[in-house]
Amino acid sequence: MTQDIVAEMPCRELVELVTDYVEDRLAPLHRARFEAHLAECGECTTYLDQMRQTIRLLGRLPEDSLSPEAAETLTAAFRDWSR
Amino acid sequence: MLGVARARVESRAVAEEVVQEAWLVVLRDLDRFDGRSSLRTWVLGIVVNLARSRARAERRSVPLPLDDGGPVVDGARFLPSDARWPGHWALGPLPWPGPEEALLAAETREVILGAIVALPPAQREVLVLRDLEGLDAADACSVLGLTDTNQRVLLHRARSRVRTAIEQHVHQAEQR
Repeated sequence: MTQDIVAEMPCRELVELVTDYVEDRLAPLHRARFEAHLAECGECTTYLDQMRQTIRLLGRLPEDSLSPEAAETLTAAFRDWSR
Repeated sequence: MLGVARARVESRAVAEEVVQEAWLVVLRDLDRFDGRSSLRTWVLGIVVNLARSRARAERRSVPLPLDDGGPVVDGARFLPSDARWPGHWALGPLPWPGPEEALLAAETREVILGAIVALPPAQREVLVLRDLEGLDAADACSVLGLTDTNQRVLLHRARSRVRTAIEQHVHQAEQR
């Protein structure tokens, strides 16, 4: 842990910028500081990794499907409409 | 569509009504669809608008603020300003068991769903559209009527809360 890098962007600030980082919306200077911090800080590397895992897990939640009754109502509506 | 509706209305039955209503609007207005957005974005926009007005009618409460303020990680987990490394982790993120597949077990899935349900509606809408439905930022902004910055703030808060919920769950499971 290098003191200046932590001083430039402490962990407390880095965790607020994770989405900006993964969406590639950080200004070049901030991005460089973010990555310099990560290179020195195992905890923040773990934190970023867990945020990325969270995003992947969210993407894999099963799609909620309609109940049979609602699906039936919709099918009926489509039938009426196509007549 | 159901997931997007449920981001705003509490009950599944009401969300299903919103989806049905949305389909009827889609069928009625299809000839007015101008192709400036993708059809999917247009349809999801209709769902969001119907769900929001339904939620307003049911609650009759003031709209919730966009941002609930406060840091995304509990401030007590960082070193205080008079420490040698102020703002550095005092209690770092607790490790998660690997492989990632283990986190897709039914129990963790429930925890993730519970965390989504507990989010403020504005955060939940963005999270559902971006991370569950897979819309890009521009489409999510257009569906929800948000600026790019607000969209990212809401998404970040929502993702951070879900991460915290998983961490708490993993930690509790280890202590059992």
